This record gives sequence, C-alpha cells and structure tokens, in this order.
Amino acid sequence: MMDEMDKSMALGGQPPKSLTLGQGMAVVIGMGGLGIMLLALFNLSFPNRALWLGLSLAAIASGVIWFSWEAYAHRLPGIKNDGVWMKSMSSRGLWAWGLGLVLTGFYIVLYFYPQYLGLVQGGENRGLIALFDPLSRLLSGQPASQWFIYGTLYTVAILVFGLKFLWKYRHSPYQRLRTLSVMFFQTAFAFLLPDLMARLNGHEILDGGSLPYFDLKSIWPLNYYNFESYRIQGFLGSGDIGLALLIFALLSIFVITPILTYRYGKRWYCSWVCGCGALAETAGDPFRQLSDKSLGAWKLERWMIHLVLVFVVVMTTAVVHSYLGTDPSKYWLTKNVFLIAVALLLCGVFGWAMLFRRKQLQKDARYGAVACFVIVLALIVLALGGDGQGFPIRPETLRKSYGFLIGSVFSGVIGTGFYPLFGARVWCRFGCPMAAILGFQQKLFSRFRITTNGGQCISCGNCSTYCEMGIDVRAYAQRGENIVRSSCVGCGICSAVCPRGVLKLENGPSRGRIDSREVLLGNDVDLLSLVREDHR
Amino acid sequence: MEHIVIIGNGIAGVTAARHIRKGSDHRISLISSESEHFFSRTALMYVYMGHMTFDHTKPYGDHFWKKNRIDLLHAHVVRVDPRQKKVWLDDASSLNYDRLILATGSRPNKLDRPGEDLLRVQGLYSKQDLELLEKNARDNKRCRRAVIVGGGLIGIELAEMLRSRQIPVTFLVRENSFFSSVLPQGDSAMVTEHIRQHHIDLRLNARLAEILPDGKGRARAVVLEGSGEEIPCDLVGLTAGVSPNIGFLKNSGIALDRGVLVNRYFETNCQGVYAIGDCAQQKEPLPGRKAIEPVWYTGRIMGETLARTLCGQPSPYSPGPWFNSAKFLDIEYQTYGQVVPEFKKHDSEIHFHWRHPREKICLTLAFDRTTETFLGINALGIRLRHGVVEGWLKEKRKIDTVMETLADANFDTEFEKHWEATVLAQYNSTFSKSLRPGKRKPKNIFQRG
Repeated sequence: MMDEMDKSMALGGQPPKSLTLGQGMAVVIGMGGLGIMLLALFNLSFPNRALWLGLSLAAIASGVIWFSWEAYAHRLPGIKNDGVWMKSMSSRGLWAWGLGLVLTGFYIVLYFYPQYLGLVQGGENRGLIALFDPLSRLLSGQPASQWFIYGTLYTVAILVFGLKFLWKYRHSPYQRLRTLSVMFFQTAFAFLLPDLMARLNGHEILDGGSLPYFDLKSIWPLNYYNFESYRIQGFLGSGDIGLALLIFALLSIFVITPILTYRYGKRWYCSWVCGCGALAETAGDPFRQLSDKSLGAWKLERWMIHLVLVFVVVMTTAVVHSYLGTDPSKYWLTKNVFLIAVALLLCGVFGWAMLFRRKQLQKDARYGAVACFVIVLALIVLALGGDGQGFPIRPETLRKSYGFLIGSVFSGVIGTGFYPLFGARVWCRFGCPMAAILGFQQKLFSRFRITTNGGQCISCGNCSTYCEMGIDVRAYAQRGENIVRSSCVGCGICSAVCPRGVLKLENGPSRGRIDSREVLLGNDVDLLSLVREDHR
Repeated sequence: MEHIVIIGNGIAGVTAARHIRKGSDHRISLISSESEHFFSRTALMYVYMGHMTFDHTKPYGDHFWKKNRIDLLHAHVVRVDPRQKKVWLDDASSLNYDRLILATGSRPNKLDRPGEDLLRVQGLYSKQDLELLEKNARDNKRCRRAVIVGGGLIGIELAEMLRSRQIPVTFLVRENSFFSSVLPQGDSAMVTEHIRQHHIDLRLNARLAEILPDGKGRARAVVLEGSGEEIPCDLVGLTAGVSPNIGFLKNSGIALDRGVLVNRYFETNCQGVYAIGDCAQQKEPLPGRKAIEPVWYTGRIMGETLARTLCGQPSPYSPGPWFNSAKFLDIEYQTYGQVVPEFKKHDSEIHFHWRHPREKICLTLAFDRTTETFLGINALGIRLRHGVVEGWLKEKRKIDTVMETLADANFDTEFEKHWEATVLAQYNSTFSKSLRPGKRKPKNIFQRG
C-alpha cells in the first residue's frame, strides 16, 4: 500500500516521463564529446588533434541533435512544454544547480585563469587550447587562444541548440526565421568573418596595417572597447577598409540602430542578430521560464541596466578623451571638441525625452535620469575646465573596472553561468547597455508593440511564465492593453504559447500604440449611453 | 460606505471586487473555500501538464489584495439569510452585508448512471478536482487507461492533460462528431480528425451505461450503452458540462431555477442580493444568447457591469457581440457572432466553409440569405483580430465586404502564410462572384474597437 500513498501533496508532482532510451544514448554520445575535451584539459595529448577535435565536436553536435529528434520528431507540431516544471533541469532542481556550477566554473577559468585551459604566453599551447590549434590555424592562420575555444563552443552551441529550437517551434515561421537569423549571424559574422579578416593583416589592401578583431554586428556599447585607442589605431592604420569599418561602427550605433529600432523595435537586434541573444534563445531556451517576475526584480532591472549605460558612456568618453590631441591644427577632433560633442548629444537626447516623452516616464525614472544627466554633464564640464588635460576620474581605472565588473563578471560569469537558475536573459535584462539604449527608444520612439487581441485573454499566465525578460505580459493582456515595454526583446514566445491567440508582435502606427480597448473587455459602452438616454 | 460581500473568487467575483474598488470606497469581503487567492481556472490544465506551477496561474501577486483593501476570507458559506442580511460560514461564524454578490460558479454535471460516485470517478472544474486528478492519474503505471465521458471543452482538455503523461485515453462522445452540438459539421470534422491524430481512442455515438466497481469501491471499467462493451480503466472523467453551483441557496428565499434568477441589472428577487457569472440565470435571456453563460469572458463582463451599478452608475447587462475561444489540442479556436451547428440553423442562414487541403486550418462564415448580412465567423488554426470582427458585426457588414477585407482581421503571427486569397477564390466560385481582395489599410486594422 505504501506506493499507493501520495508522497508529495504538491500540485503537478510527477514528470510525464524521464529520458527515453534514445535520449539517454544521445546524452552519452554528447558527454563523450565533452569527455574528449576534458581529457585534453588534463593534458592527455592526442596524436592527431584535428581528428580528435573533429570527433569531439561531432559527438557533441550529434548528441544534441539526436536528443532533439527523440524529443520532437515523433510529435505533432505545437507547443512542447509538457513537464517543464517537473523536470529537475528546467525547474531549478539538483541538475540545474549542478549545471550552473559547471558553467560558472568554466567562465571563471576562461576569464581569469586561461592558463588552466592550456594557454601559454609566447610559447606552444598545451591542453585544451592546443586541441583547438588545428581549427584556428585553418581559419585565421594563428594558434588558438582561450577566446577561440570560447567562440567555437559558443557557435557550436547556437547551431546545435538552434536546430533543437527549430524542431520545437517548427509550426511558427516567426520562430523559424528568427532562429535561422541568429544562427547565421553568429556563424558568419561572429565566428568566421573576424578570423578570415585576420588573414588580411599585413596585406597590401590594408596598406600593410592590421585590423582589430572585429565582429561587425557587435555594436558599441555592447562592444564596450570598440573605440579604445588600439582599435582606432588598427582601423585608421588599415587603409580604406579600416576606415570603412570605423565609419560602419559609428553608423551602427548612431544611424542604423535608431532607424531599425524605430521600424521594428529592439527585437531586430536582441533576438535576430545579437550573439548574447542568440545563445539565450537557443541553448538558453529550456530555461526561459526561470526569469524572475517579482516586482523587486523589475525595480532592480530598471536601475541596474541604466546605471550600466551611464557607466559605459562615462568610461568611453573618458577613454576616447584620453588619447585625443589638444591641437586643432593637427586634427580637428580635439579633446574639447569631443567633449562638447558628447555633451550636446546627451543634452539633445535628454531634452527630447524630457520635453516630449515625459508622460511616458515614471516619476523615479525622471528623477534618476535628471540625477545621472547632471553628474555626467558635471564630469564633462570639469574635464573641459581642466585645461584639456585629464578626466576627473582616471580613464584607465574606469576601463579596467568596467571590463572586469561588467564585461567579464556580469555578462559572462553571471549572465551565462546562471542560465539554469535565473533564465537565459539575465545579462540582457539587468546589464546590457546596448539593450538599455534600444529599449529606451523602443519605449519612446518606435512602431513596435505587442498587440493584445481585444477581450480574448483568459489570464492563464503562459505568456508571463515563458517571458524570458520577466515581463508580466498577462498584466497587460488581461486589461486589453498593448504591451510596450523597453525590456521586451521581441522573441515572440508569449504569442506562441498563448492558447487563445491573444498576442501579436507587430509594427504599426505609433498613434494609439498603447491604448486599451476597454469596450471589448466589458459591457458595450455605446449601447449603455443609448440606454441611459432612453431613461431620460 | 457599504459592506459588499462577494461569495466566490473566480473571474466574475474578482472582476466585480476590483472594479468596485476602482470606483468606490466600499468595504469589500471576498469569500472562497476553493482557494486562498484568485487563480485562472482555465489554466488548471497547464499545472497538471507541467507548463506552469499553480502560483503562475494567479493573475495578481499575493500583495495585491491587501494593497487594494479587498478582504479575503478562506471559508465556506453554508447559508445565506437575505432577511437578516447575513451569510453563515462553516465555522458557525457569520458576516453581515449591505450588498451580497453571488459568484459561486459551477459544478460538473452528473449523468445519473450507476457507479458515478465510485472512487476514481471525477469531474474537472475546481482546484480540488485538479488535486484529485493528481492522485488518481499520477502516471501511466497507476492509471493504465482513462475513460472520458462527454465531448465538450472540458473533455478535450482532460484528454490533452492525460495524454501529456502518456496515459491511454478513451473518449466517449454522444454525438456523431466531436463538439457537433456547437460546431458546424466542417469545423467539427476537422477537430475530430485531429483528436485521432493524437492517438486518443475517440468513440463517437457512444454513451455510458454504467461504471463497474472493483472490490474496493473504485472504478475498474465502464460499460457502453447498446453494445454493452466493457472498457477497463483506472479513471473515469465526467465532463458532460457544468451547472450553477447553488445548492447552498435552497430555502434561502432567493429565487432559483437552474441558476440564480436575475434581471439585466443582476438583481435577484431579494433586495441587495446580486448574482453574476456561471451561477446567474437571466430571467429573460438577451436576444440570441443563453440564459446561463458559463464562460470566462461573460463572467468578467458581468463582474465589471455590476461593479459599475454598485458604484452609482446603474448599468444593465449588454455585452457586445458574442465571442469565445478554446484550444483543441494543437488547434486554436475562436468564434465571433453566431455560427450555429446545422441542426440549429435557420433556412435564412448560409454557411460558407473553407478548409485547407492539408493543414488543420479552416474558417466558417455565417451570413443571412436575403440581406447578405455577416452573422459570425468560426476560425480554427487562424487567429482573428477581435476589434475588426466586432466592428463588422456591429456595423452589420455585408458578407461580400467581409470577404474582400478578410485579411484585415488576420491576427496570425508575422510571416505566417495568408490564406485569404484562396478563401476568396473558393467563395467566388461557390457563389459565382468575382470579388477581389481589398487593400489592407492600417486604419481599418489598428484604429478599431
């Protein structure tokens, strides 16, 4: 009789099924692939590295693909969330904690102790990095580094988990296209192109110069070091191509981004192009339901992401200021010209938002914006007054602390290491300054919205549960109000999981973008007014 | 300031409470024995399926109620005394009210067959039903087969739930096609095929004769009427619709029929007592609508309407055009206006049905034979824009203009294929017309409703 007893009274206790036999075998194969890398990590030297690396990557890829095939291929197209909150891995169980620890550990080693991966400064690589040498030489002609390993694994993850995602959402063309897009941008722009570009270094079409490692789609301020001195020298010392790339980098943030965000919302970047988004949407998809939906998280998010943005603006201004000259006869862009330009740009954006969009900003957002604006402006004025010499805070200090705190710890260790615990968009939601800029524009100057379909919402909560950005989508939908939130990355999963067809991501006229359609929610107001007139 | 007591914290009661708070300073007490906090009943299935936890089904955070000064009472009302203006709770305490709102919802129907009260026989309506199901049908070892009796919206949901745990399901439906008491034949046929695609053992024209017990008072098999076939099972789901949950109001002096009888202001025969949602029965149903409307959306509309009245703006029940929605396994269903099944169809009505040759997508549009006025639309596998269709219905559009501008109402996700051209082509060939699709105008799509 004991097994008849209900061991846990919790609702929704048992998973429908543990792994199938095929899935178990797929896991073994994938783990085998990782095992090869682990052996390499402990300095087991493989006779034919190219072969073993190929074998390892092939095993990982085929493991994931087989696993996905088992999970989705025999089932009809449709939403596949059965058992999500019953499985240890996707509901913060023991497996999730274990994976979180492993990932976090990997990031700590990657960023701070690359020697354990086998990196040897100025000598022959060893261990895991040596295993990747053949592939790196094939692409760029250079030996591998810890970043090459990271880039390769990152790309492989996006490709194989991208395939899994394509299978899972094969009924939705929006999801298919979006996933193919991130898979393409990651492979071509982030992985292959920079390495191939490196082959041009010293070539005559670069006038003998060498380009910095440049992922074209990685836009400042996500790419916070893009305008540092060594990069600018790299661009400017590499002929017309270098100059073109520098101009493209500037156009990306000041022209292309605003236009595309106006037309399509920030999703064009965050869930169609961006590499961080790409990993979150593919490998991170099984964890999207873990994002924190509490009010506290929302408050934290607004402060944190905007403070990071202020940080990166100040840091970049200080760094660029530090290497510019003071003599206008040598080069027109002097320290002071630059500072004045930055000040004017900030005044313009701040003034526009405060004059024309004040009503859409909450009180604390206005106060915060004013405070940050005043501080940044004061710094700039101090730097201007300081006879063109130094920035009030040492640029090097700013650069280093940003690189450590934000670039490594936040976006890497926390952002990706904690996938299985806090969902895949922690960095995008709380930290990414690029997301902050795009979100600011999405909220205040864009055609994008998630339309709520009249009164059709049944408040079930699937949309809020599966929102990776922790937006309480249902709170809007059940009021019949459209969703215009700066944090929304437009992944479209809320619309996909909605069982009543209530949500639609779309671009339309800005007029009436947020209005709720009260009349569809409740009683017929038009008729009511007629009835009342009858009574009189 | 009055004390308003609301019995039932479902969508009707909660909507009333929220809107009364918005529009007044009345003291509000919200009583429920089912759950401490409001949850979305329609989402219970997703808890069993593991898509969400129970907490996810709560539309408002637990802090919401205190902040909005809505007093929650987790208690069961046993008796209402309209003369003394009192409700009695199961712990023998009582509560005085100035106004009482009955929003007690429904309970699953019984079929009046032998064996209905055995263990492992259950309906699916309340949180308690879900907890019971978790015990009765935890996995496919303890529940080797389930039989579901009654082919409506709850039946198909229960089937989907059980299938998510790989429990074999036999689904008994009285009609000759699934949900054909509501859906026109074309729509019903498509859903019927889809149910079978999901490996559900669907039995049409099948009626339950009795449920057989094992030695321990539990169901062990069902017997079909006519054939006498015996189907062994570990669970029997009774999903033959719901009826108003009003048992505790007998002899209270409040006028009852199948539900609590109300006028268009939701007033019962007793002064200061109102009824809304599933448990309310309109004494004179609105034209074209049922006296009892046990639907999420109407519950919400009634709650909001009554709140307006109680906040000093007397408002009769006058919902806009009828709409409803459901999901049959993977197929989403939306309906607007009146699209009735064939046996209810008047001679004056014409149905136009289009179905995709391969995919599970179809549309049925109803219109008037003589005036050619658009009467309603069923969409399966296509999402429609509520505001646009509502506009067509209110403006009494002609079917031809609806067909020409069908794309305006498309609410499918971006990049989804549009079928309007093939739909229009079939319409043209069926009715010997030569309509051409009109241009989509943002004005017609975004600025409506």
